[in-house]
Amino acid sequence: MNYVIIGNSVAAVGAIRGIRKIDATGHITVLSRENHVAYGRPLISYLLGGTVTEKRMPYLPEDFYRKNQVNLLLGAEVVAVESGASRVKLASGETIPYDKLLVATGGDPFVPPIEGMNGKEKVFTFTTWDDAAKLKGLAYDIDKVVVIGGGLIGLKAAEGLSQLDKQVTIVELADRILSAAFDRTAGRIVAKKMKANGIEVLTEDTVVRIDGEGSEITGVTLKSGEFIACDTVVVAIGVRPAAGFLKGSGVEVNRGVVVDDRMETSVAGIFSAGDVAEARDFFSGGKNPMPIWPDAYIQGDVAGISMAGGQKDYQGGLAMNSIELFKVPTISMGITNPELGERYQVLTYQNPEKYEYRKIVLENDLLVGVVMVGNVDRAGIFAGIIRDKVAVAPFKEHLLAPDFGFVHLPKEIRSSLFAPQGKAA
Amino acid sequence: MKRIYSIEDACIGCHLCEVACITEHSRSKDPVRAFLHEAVRPISRCTVEEWEGGVVSLSTNCRHCDEPDCLRACISGAIQKDEAGVVRMDVEQCIGCWSCVMACPYGAVQRNLKAKKANKCDLCPDRENPACVDACPNRALVYKEGSQK
Repeated sequence: MNYVIIGNSVAAVGAIRGIRKIDATGHITVLSRENHVAYGRPLISYLLGGTVTEKRMPYLPEDFYRKNQVNLLLGAEVVAVESGASRVKLASGETIPYDKLLVATGGDPFVPPIEGMNGKEKVFTFTTWDDAAKLKGLAYDIDKVVVIGGGLIGLKAAEGLSQLDKQVTIVELADRILSAAFDRTAGRIVAKKMKANGIEVLTEDTVVRIDGEGSEITGVTLKSGEFIACDTVVVAIGVRPAAGFLKGSGVEVNRGVVVDDRMETSVAGIFSAGDVAEARDFFSGGKNPMPIWPDAYIQGDVAGISMAGGQKDYQGGLAMNSIELFKVPTISMGITNPELGERYQVLTYQNPEKYEYRKIVLENDLLVGVVMVGNVDRAGIFAGIIRDKVAVAPFKEHLLAPDFGFVHLPKEIRSSLFAPQGKAA
Repeated sequence: MKRIYSIEDACIGCHLCEVACITEHSRSKDPVRAFLHEAVRPISRCTVEEWEGGVVSLSTNCRHCDEPDCLRACISGAIQKDEAGVVRMDVEQCIGCWSCVMACPYGAVQRNLKAKKANKCDLCPDRENPACVDACPNRALVYKEGSQK
């Protein structure tokens, strides 16, 4: 069997391991348009800020590709998938045949057209190792930066730049930062911490023009009319599934590459996983892109097993984010911004002085969402309760307790998790 | 593989498993030194939970899952499963993002805030039995072959 994987990040790694669970000898080729072995992509902000070195960037043990007999081709950008002929075409003109194909190309940064942007040297996106290296390489020549976008990427980029003593302003179109993954209160707490560390946070505004002469930037003009002096702009509005090369392949692409519960696309033999894919949502059952690291691994694993002829069903994507900014840890999972009304019940605890906050979202008798700021210890217990659909009625009043744990759950659950076999209660 | 199992009804809530774990993972391997004098005191990899003043107690620990959620969530690659099945954390590689803390449904990855590193059970590679198991005065912890469940 000849497996070809386009992309070389966490979904690809999950897929390689998934394939090897079933097929020890099939030929695996990984095509990456980047020039690096798989690396911890979210680590790029740490690399920028200087809290990790290049040496720590590789995500896998050095012998991973060899041990798993993977033929890794770097700098190999796929420009087309010829599904009729079962081969992919590279930018170099070379074609590579496959029996089973995995599209795991992740996301491309979305850069809207902004007046004055063309020809400016110091406009960056921030999603790759090379992006971070470029920004860091020019850091000596950077003083003031405007980051467009107050999501996870924008905030981490801002933190990294601030660690390099750059003056940073974040401009966010929504009325708060972290609006996608976190709720209003968590966003406010994080914004307060960012400001306390010298970062300007502007909301309900956006950059309409990048000002300057030639390749130099002198500042940006906002929709509100305000002018902010800066020499560098980082565009961190969001990412879009990197699926453009699938045009003409017959593979159905909606917001992402549409896949079934085996991660197979509309074209038999072609699979997709990770940020580029649009798979089933854990709660709604509908399909949507779920651009988060753990889910990319899980989808990759399912895809790999399916490609090798095994059977494993995807359990549905559960949004989950852990982000620490200026030493305030925050974790969110599931539905964090529930619609108002009777459908959801929300429990909260707050201690703003200590940057502490906890929010629990219930739907009937089930836990569906959690936000934690400050004390995030053992957050995963909530993830387990969500995934296993544990009825919360018996322990609902303990959900906000800082030491919430298994003692609060029914004994049968504890025993099933921790007791020796045959000793279950 | 061999795993640590916890018998709730035998647990007396003494926390000696935690003391033994901290000691084993200290520099000196001496409890007094580890607790009083070492710059970064290890965080116990097992967690004794109690309720109602100890009427209910049990020591919870890493299940060394077949498909570890911590490993899948780890963004730096610090968590790997070795050939024996032990899920290991390379603390040098860990960047303290707490993704593993977010993902582990057993609450079995801890935050060492002073070191800014996550830590987890390594089944005590230098010992025949994990230190927590040997320390339990009422055999509430057993180390034996079994599945993750």
